[in-house]
This record gives sequence, C-alpha cells and structure tokens, in this order.
Amino acid sequence: MATRPSVPIPLAARRVTARAVRSTRRTTVSVRSTIAKAGFPYRKPSVPGGISVPKEPSKLGANFDTEWARSPVANAVRAVVTEGPLRMLVHGVATPSVYGADRLEDFKPRDDEDARPLIFTPNHHSHLDTPLSITSIPMPWRRKLVVAAAADYFFSSQLKGTAAALMLNALPLDREATGRKSMEQITDLIADGWSLVIYPEGGRSPDGWGQDFKGGPAYLSSKTGAPIVPMFIDGTGAIFGKGMKRPKPGKTKVVFGAPMTAAEGESTRRFNARIERAVSILGDESLTDFWTARQNAAKGSTPDPKGPEFQSWRRTWTLNEQRKRGTTGLRVRQKRVWPEL
Amino acid sequence: MPRPGFVLEVDKSTPPTLFWRGEGFSLEKLPADRSRVIYAPEPLPALDDIDGAIRHALLNPIDQDPLPTLLFPGMKLTIAFDDVSLPLPKMKRPDIRQRVIEAVLDLAAEAGVDDVHIIAALALHRRMHEFELRHAVGDRVYDAFAPRGMLYQHDAEDPTLLSYLGTTPQGEEVEINKRAADSDLLVYVNINLVAMDGGWKSTATGLASYRSLRHHHNPDTMQASRSFMDQHKSELHKSNWRMGKVMVDSGVKVFQIETTLNNDTFPSPFGFLSKREWEWSAKDRASFIGTKKALDRTPNRIARKIFHNIEAPHQMTSVQCGEVGAVHKITTEHVYKQQLVEVQGQTDILTMGIPYISPYNVHSILNPILVMCMGLGYYFNLYRGKPLVREGGVIIMTHPTPWEFHPVHHPSYIDFFEQVLSETTDPHVLSAKYEEKFANDEWYRHLYRTSYAYHGVHPFYMWYWGSHAMQHCGRIIIVGGEARSVRRLGFTPASTLNDALELASDVVGRSPTITHLHAPPIMIADVT
Repeated sequence: MATRPSVPIPLAARRVTARAVRSTRRTTVSVRSTIAKAGFPYRKPSVPGGISVPKEPSKLGANFDTEWARSPVANAVRAVVTEGPLRMLVHGVATPSVYGADRLEDFKPRDDEDARPLIFTPNHHSHLDTPLSITSIPMPWRRKLVVAAAADYFFSSQLKGTAAALMLNALPLDREATGRKSMEQITDLIADGWSLVIYPEGGRSPDGWGQDFKGGPAYLSSKTGAPIVPMFIDGTGAIFGKGMKRPKPGKTKVVFGAPMTAAEGESTRRFNARIERAVSILGDESLTDFWTARQNAAKGSTPDPKGPEFQSWRRTWTLNEQRKRGTTGLRVRQKRVWPEL
Repeated sequence: MPRPGFVLEVDKSTPPTLFWRGEGFSLEKLPADRSRVIYAPEPLPALDDIDGAIRHALLNPIDQDPLPTLLFPGMKLTIAFDDVSLPLPKMKRPDIRQRVIEAVLDLAAEAGVDDVHIIAALALHRRMHEFELRHAVGDRVYDAFAPRGMLYQHDAEDPTLLSYLGTTPQGEEVEINKRAADSDLLVYVNINLVAMDGGWKSTATGLASYRSLRHHHNPDTMQASRSFMDQHKSELHKSNWRMGKVMVDSGVKVFQIETTLNNDTFPSPFGFLSKREWEWSAKDRASFIGTKKALDRTPNRIARKIFHNIEAPHQMTSVQCGEVGAVHKITTEHVYKQQLVEVQGQTDILTMGIPYISPYNVHSILNPILVMCMGLGYYFNLYRGKPLVREGGVIIMTHPTPWEFHPVHHPSYIDFFEQVLSETTDPHVLSAKYEEKFANDEWYRHLYRTSYAYHGVHPFYMWYWGSHAMQHCGRIIIVGGEARSVRRLGFTPASTLNDALELASDVVGRSPTITHLHAPPIMIADVT
C-alpha cells in the first residue's frame, strides 16, 4: 500500500505552538481559581438545603423575543439580505418559476394606501420553502412579511433564533401546544399590517408527500379578516427534503392561488378544508395546466397531494413517478463538456 | 368623487396646453378669449370585487339563461375575444379578458365541457404575437390551450375555416368563423373602450371575412355614419346589427360578455398627461420637463419602445352579459357615463395632438395613414350630436408624421402610400380602382395568414375611416409633420401651431373659434 509522504514541521514552529498551548492553559487555570476564591456575589449563590429555586422561564423557543427584528434598521438589513444573497442562493439552488402572482393584483394598494395583509399558506417539504416563498412573494407584501417558524427547531438556541429572526423575520410558533401567546402575537402583527407565511402542514413532509392541514391559518384568517393566499411549492422536496444532508440543485415552481376568505358562518374546520383543497388544485395546476386542473377539480378527481393510501416502498415509488411527470424537482445535471480536439 | 369632463374657456392667464406629438409632446399657447379646451372626465372608481362581479354577471345575464344552464357535457363551446387593438394602451396584468375567460372556463369545467376552443377575433388585423396572447388571456389559459391547438387566431382567408350564413335584406353577405358558427354556444369576451365597440360588431366584424366586411367597411357607410360613437346615427352599427340578425336566424347562439374600463390611462410617472395643466404639481412639472428633455434626445426607435411598454392602470367599471343587443345597450350607457362631456356649439378650428398609439399600431409604427386615421377617423368621430368642428372648418393635428412604415405589420400600407395615394386621395375613386386588387393579392394574403401583417385591404379601410372628416372639413393641417408625407396625404404641412392658425385663416377668417381636444384620455363630446 502506498503511503502519503509526510511534510516535516520545523522544530521552531513546534516550540512556539507548545509554548502557546502551555500559556493558555496557565491563564485559564488562574482565572478559574481567582473566581473560585472570590465567591459570592462574583459567583452564583449556593442554594440552601431544602429550598427549591423556581426555574427561570426560558428565553428560547416560543418565548424568544423577536420584536427587535421588525425595527426599521433590521428591516433594511433584511431587505438587502433578501434581494442579495438569499435571492442568489434560491436561484442557484432552486431555479424557481413563479406563476399566478397576477391573482394578487386586486389586493395591491392604490396610491398611498398600505398593502392589505395576506396570509400565505404554502405546502412544506424543505427548509428551502421559506427563502423561496420570501423571494417569490410579490411586492409590497415581501417588505412587510413575517414567517411562522417552529419554535422548538429554529429558536432552540440564541444564535439560531437571532439568525432566523433577522434574516427571515421568523416568529416562533409553538408546535407542541396550542400556543395562545404565538397566536396573539401573530394576530397583533396582522392587525399592524404584517403579512404572514405559515405552513398549514405544521412541519416538513417526512416522505415527500403532503400532510393534513392544521386549522391555524384558517383560524387566524377568520379572526383577523386577512385573506388566505393558497400557495403550492413544487420541487423543493427533491432538492433538499427532510433527511437530506446537502442540497441537490434542481428546478422549482411556485404557484399562487386566488386569495380566499371564510364565508359567512363558515366554521374554521370547513374553511381549512377549503384551503387544503385550493392548495391541492394548485398542485395539480403546477403538474398539468390550468384547464386540466379546473376540469379535475370540477370532477372531484384532483390528485391527492397526500399520496396513495398504501405504505412502504410503493409510496416512494409513486412519488418518483409523479416527480418525473413535472419539470420540477428533477436534479439539474451538469452539461458534459467535451474538450476541443 | 371623480369630476366630470370640463370645457375650459382660454383666457390670458391660462397656462399653455399639452399637445401630443407622437412619441413626444409640447406645450402650446392657444389664443385667448376665442379658444377652449375639452378635458375628459376623471376616471370612475373601479368595481370593488372584479372577479365577484364577473361571476355574478355570468350567473345573472340579461335576457338570457345563466351561463351554467347553457353548458352541458359533450357540447362544442367557443370563446372568442377581442384582439390586441384593445384596450389602449394595453392594460396592466391581469387583463380583463383573462379574468373573464378564466371565470367562463371555471363554469365550463364544472359542467363537464371538454370541447373548448378559444379564438382571437382578429378580423383582418394582424395576428397577435405569443407575448401579446399571453398578456391578453394570461399564462394559465395560454399554457393550457395553445399547446393543444385549442387557442388560436381567426383566419379570415382560409375558406375551409369559414361558414357562409346568408345575406341581409340589403344584400350584405354574412360569412364568419366556421368553428364559432358551428358551436353549441359562442361566448364573446369583449372590452368596450369606445361606444362603437361591442354589440354585434364583435362577432359580425371580429370573426368575419373580407367577403362580409366589405359591406360595411366602405366609403358610403363611413360617410353616412354621424358618428361611429352614436349607435342611432351610425351606418356601421346598423349594418353590423343586420348581420347579427342573420347569425341568430341561422342558429348561431351567442352569449355576449361586455366589459367597460375607466379612463385611467397613464401610470404614475406619466400621470401629468391626464391632468389639467393648471393642476400640475411641482412633481408633475419636473416629470414633464425630464420626460420631454429625455425624449428629445432619444432616438425614435427607443422612444417608441418605451411608450409601447406603458401599461395602463385601467380598471373595470362594469361587466354585463347575455343577449347581444340588451347587453350592449347597458354597456354603452357605462361608456357614456365615463366619457361624455357636454360641449356648447361647434368650432371653426379643431386642434388635436395625435399620440404614439392607435388600435392598429400596437408595438409598431404610427405611419402616415394611421396618423390620418387616428385624427380624422377616431378623434373627429369622438362626438355625439354634431361634429365638434363646423362644416367647412379646419382640423389641425400635431404629429411628426414620418415617412416610415413597419415592414412586417404594414406591408400593404407601403404600396398603398406609394402607389395609390400618389394618384388619388378620393376614397370612392381609390376604392373602385384598387380595393379588389389589394384585397385579393396573394402575397398580402400569405403575409396575413402566416406572418404578422395586416390584411392587404386594411389601409383602404383606414382611409375610409377618415372619409367623413375629409368630406366635412375645408382644410386639414398637420403641425410638425414631415412635409412630403403630409402632402402625400393631401393635407397641408405647417411648422408651428401659429403658422397652422395663419394657414387656417384662409378658410375660416381672421378670428376663428378654436377647440382643442385634450385626449387621451378618451372622451366623447356631446355637442349641442
């Protein structure tokens, strides 16, 4: 077996490194011992026996403060990030085609009015969905947009939470319990004119197929009067689906539906079912065309985005077949370049 | 509340008035105390819920059953729509035709209709480019129907695609698109920008052939129409209505959908073009100066491109559907509500600035024939009652009128201008001598069918369009026009407006009354 030839490190360099390590170790030990000697109040107080100290509420998760992320300075930073690196990343990895944005035309403000807030409800397959949604949502909503993000995932550490809040204007949403706090905060933000991206499926698809819609967006829309914009994202699951270690660049399609509001006396459950159906029809439209999707919808034969009933390998098999039908989701292969001879 | 139209009596304190000059404009001082300027009414408010209004109209038509009851599985459904000549300028997306067609398709899908064809009703206009079709019907409809050959453009020169339906009592032959004629239901999606659009003109003209069109597109009909905007006094209107009756009698079932738009014509950077000059803010003045200075230094080709890319913020003010005649009556009322301006008495001199666009040069050049058609065919006819200018009066237009034609869109115009107008400008003479030759020319026919050319006979129709004005006026002057083009048209060139007024004094005397039509936005003068 061939051995890799080793590069000899000069003796002087080895001595300098060893000296630096020793010095750092000494400094650390001395700081520790100084603090240990100093005691309370420089140190944490010890707890008397038999006393239980009440736990301080965590500032992470659903309690993460994101108010600062909606300040004018943070907005300006986010605008630069969205139009610059984020857009480049999305175009580089996902090559999106956006359809149906004209359906929002009636909701665009005229003259100096503020834009009416909208609730965008895309299906969810990948972490790419959020950057893709943010860069696809038309102006003026893009500038005043918050994203409901899983509190237990995106706000589990200070660093992650800060980055998510600043870059995506993410808002922690408690997935575990019916988080009244999250809902109230979102309601207040919508009342202030902020639009919202919220995934009704709750989390990323575990197997590439869709999931049942939860009633949160329908409830928020009924409560605030903000129309729901059904939205279908196709292709992100194949690019960077759940469980994938690194993204495989490909094509994606984003389709916006016509905004919808709850009918007079319509329950949240029924409205939620209507939203789910609208997203399914958009999914059909993205895979076929407008007319076929309308015909299928009228016949009640819109393909179920949740996939076939059966389990095991056949589900994955069917998903791959479906992906082959559309232009999205497929990996963009490198063009072979032959040398000039 | 939008303000109605307004007639300004010019006095010494009146600021100079905006005159369009093709892809540019100028400010002109009109003589005080004997001039007036007619301003269009302000845009009416748009419908609150446009898609809701469309659906409501489809479910509650006038003098016809609701659309869903007319649709059934296995039927042949044809949807025809107005072509690129409407609206002007093109409207911001989504176009009103897209909204209506999508609503109709929704109902058709619910009813289980499979056989649907969508046809651009071109008549003898040029075919639309793909990007224009996409703009009109939207990407969703285009992508769903065009690749399957179910969205296409009317071909008035393919005898296999035409159906002869009979003649009117006046002997007018009616021949229209075969698919439309044979369908169980023909849904026509119209945009009514001016009062002469819509009604039976949609189908009897938009889907017809030369054989049919020649009966009302001729000098006699045009000269007898007083004006095209007044249904009761338009021979063109009456002829189309007679043809409509033939269609109904031969079993063509039409479901007419008509829409009206407000006259919100220019987007905000060009907002000053629709405003009254004395109301221009500092921003408007700065926009005018900046735009004018920039345009003066911009090559024509680029300026044209900039202007043709303007998308109007037009909004829908009404939608109604059902039986053609009943629908059109209501549509016309909505058009009048937006466009009518009361004007007292006629004038000796009518001035008009001709803009860069007409229905026949979208994404193209406003050639000298179209300048004539725009001024004498359209602007002159924007009246109800009496023409704005008295008989024997003078029309003064401002336009550069370059000797320039779009070789792809207007090939027969070039020959018409070179060969026909050099010999005669009399509509009757050129009609008798040359029309048939141009109409049946194989090369023009080929270009109309396969390229993007207007039909060979189209320049004749443009000429007839202005024949009433030519007959009515004592002199026609074009200010700032290329002298040889203007003379070829049979008009008088002038360098400045003052020169033109001086030239006009030979015909109307030393102290004539002057009226300026401050259009666009479009208006109709109700002259009493």
